[in-house]
Amino acid sequence: MSRLTTLYDKIWDAHLVDEREDGTCLLYIDRHLIHEVTSPQAFEGLLNAGRKVRRPDLTLAVADHNVPTSDRSNGVDDDESRIQIETLDKNCADFGVELYGMDDIRQGICHVIGPEQGFTLPGTTMVCGDSHTATHGAFGCLAFGIGTSEVEHTLATQTMVQTKAKNMRVTVDGDLPLGVTAKDMVLAIIGAIGTAGGTGSVVEFAGAAIRNLSMEGRMTVCNMTIEGGARAGIVAPDETTFEYLKGRPKSPKGAAWESAVAYWKTLKTDDGASFDQEIALNASEIVPQVTWGTSPEDVLPITDVVPNPADESDPSRRTKMERSLTYMGLKPGTPLTDIKIDRMFIGSCTNSRIEDMRAAAEVARGRKVADHVDAMVVPGSGLVKEQAEQEGLDQIFIDAGFDWREPGCSMCLAMNADKLMPGERSASTSNRNFEGRQGPGGRTHLVSPAMAAAAAIAGHLTDIRELEAE
Amino acid sequence: MKKFETLTAVAAPLPLINVDTDMIIPARFLKTIKRTGLGKSLFYTLRYDEDGREREDFVLNKPAYKDAEILVTGSNFGCGSSREHAPWALDDFGIRCVIAPDFADIFYSNSFKNGILLIKLPQEDVDKLIEGAERGANATVTVDLENQEIKGPDGGVMSFDLDPFKKYCLLNGLDDIGLSLEKEDQILAFEEKHRAAQPWSY
Ligand code: SF4
Repeated sequence: MSRLTTLYDKIWDAHLVDEREDGTCLLYIDRHLIHEVTSPQAFEGLLNAGRKVRRPDLTLAVADHNVPTSDRSNGVDDDESRIQIETLDKNCADFGVELYGMDDIRQGICHVIGPEQGFTLPGTTMVCGDSHTATHGAFGCLAFGIGTSEVEHTLATQTMVQTKAKNMRVTVDGDLPLGVTAKDMVLAIIGAIGTAGGTGSVVEFAGAAIRNLSMEGRMTVCNMTIEGGARAGIVAPDETTFEYLKGRPKSPKGAAWESAVAYWKTLKTDDGASFDQEIALNASEIVPQVTWGTSPEDVLPITDVVPNPADESDPSRRTKMERSLTYMGLKPGTPLTDIKIDRMFIGSCTNSRIEDMRAAAEVARGRKVADHVDAMVVPGSGLVKEQAEQEGLDQIFIDAGFDWREPGCSMCLAMNADKLMPGERSASTSNRNFEGRQGPGGRTHLVSPAMAAAAAIAGHLTDIRELEAE
Repeated sequence: MKKFETLTAVAAPLPLINVDTDMIIPARFLKTIKRTGLGKSLFYTLRYDEDGREREDFVLNKPAYKDAEILVTGSNFGCGSSREHAPWALDDFGIRCVIAPDFADIFYSNSFKNGILLIKLPQEDVDKLIEGAERGANATVTVDLENQEIKGPDGGVMSFDLDPFKKYCLLNGLDDIGLSLEKEDQILAFEEKHRAAQPWSY
């Protein structure tokens, strides 16, 4: 009998070019996404060594991290950002790589446009110089975030040097209650395993609650796998996946589509295959989540209060907690729903897809953003923006007092003009609440799109389920 | 890539857990198209106050640790983004070796590709080294990669594990692109087979 294997094992085995005696492997890469921040030094390295891009046809480029999300007709104001974007333009032209430029309707956050264009496919391997590459795992694609040296390595060789990771499975069964979303699910998972819980592993997400998620929801879950420390997150492809991909510009067509689907249907973990680590959660017990500290693992149900470091027995954790609470300007025991916000950000590769826009618009419809709150909505791509506008969502947001902007990473990492001022507090749908992540001194509470919109309207963190009950 | 053989240097203690890449180098310093020049922004928020003045109490600002080349720190160091600017900033500052109970995966591989040695030690050994490092500039530590040994300031020796391929690359200063390109024939053969099996992915 052949060995029982996991989905990760299968994709890994199908891409193995070489294995050294010590276990170091050379893995073939089917798809490479590049962006302006982590690629310039890689192209410079190629140039200095006189190397070419081995497979420009498997490489796709977009500028997203630095681009302004306000009116772009006058170009980019910031000199350094402009140089980075222009460098990407030039490198793509010189090396023959396809690029979605700033004026292209297909431009957007790399992890939004890959799936949108059908560039991301089940059973393939993908890399991108960005840790949230795990997003593409939603399609049953083995996707790794890599550093610039590895970007250069992939450009030059179309392979990646890696050792095999451990197999971990997170099973979520049951039904998500009303008002509870994929974002709450993944925050709850990170809360359960911690930010290093997945270190050294590839995580397969399984169970009825994962199956019942749309592709957008699965992307949200896989996106934050890195916040649990894992190398990649993955969901077995199924009808929902095929439905999403069918007819996308870069998806296979005709007979190729049929044979691709036949193969994709074989991509699942064998019954009885063993995992190095298994975690199970029940979706019906998940309550809307919100982070209170400066690490994504600092997460609690919205019904809870700010925790007390005095209750923490581990000294290094206690020190970290005290530091977080000082940074966040919070007192132990404060109900989370009493925390007033100044800003709200809906966007990022975690939550900027059409479904996220719809969920937030549903909350915004007919309501008003609180006077003291500045709220911005940043769609994930030009195509998401266009679709939202066709559905009239932009008008719902604008009428409710939200700012409707151009696509990009925006305040997720505050490389462009969108950033928090020192001390400002934001309800954000992005993925990291690290110190200074959204601007020096800025304070971030991670939530779902619906929770973010609800907080903007209430003026403080709030339980979406109460708003919905109104 | 720079070779790493042995290093005798001042070790700076940074007893914090989950030091993320935004703490190592905030995003606003990533707008560079070069690998160099990031050392001055290393640990920016920990190191400088709101007015950009050095915080006297931050370890790397203390005279005894200004020339530190080794950092001893808490678990999950380097978590967060894949930015290689984090090891570039450490390298540009002069840090050649980081010792911690464990590291985030992407940061781990990025560091080795820049000639920085990361050493995982059990928590109690890290605690011992932190204690030693707190003695200041007379607390120098010797790291011997060939023998996989660390000699602490008190003369005690600890050994550490390392993947043999990473060790080989570091000892010889080899970048792995060159090594992988030697496998061109295998890559070509793989591509042919792969294209036949999964034509839709081309
Ligand atoms: S939206 Fe944020 S997390 Fe996603 S790619 Fe952009 S900067 Fe990275």
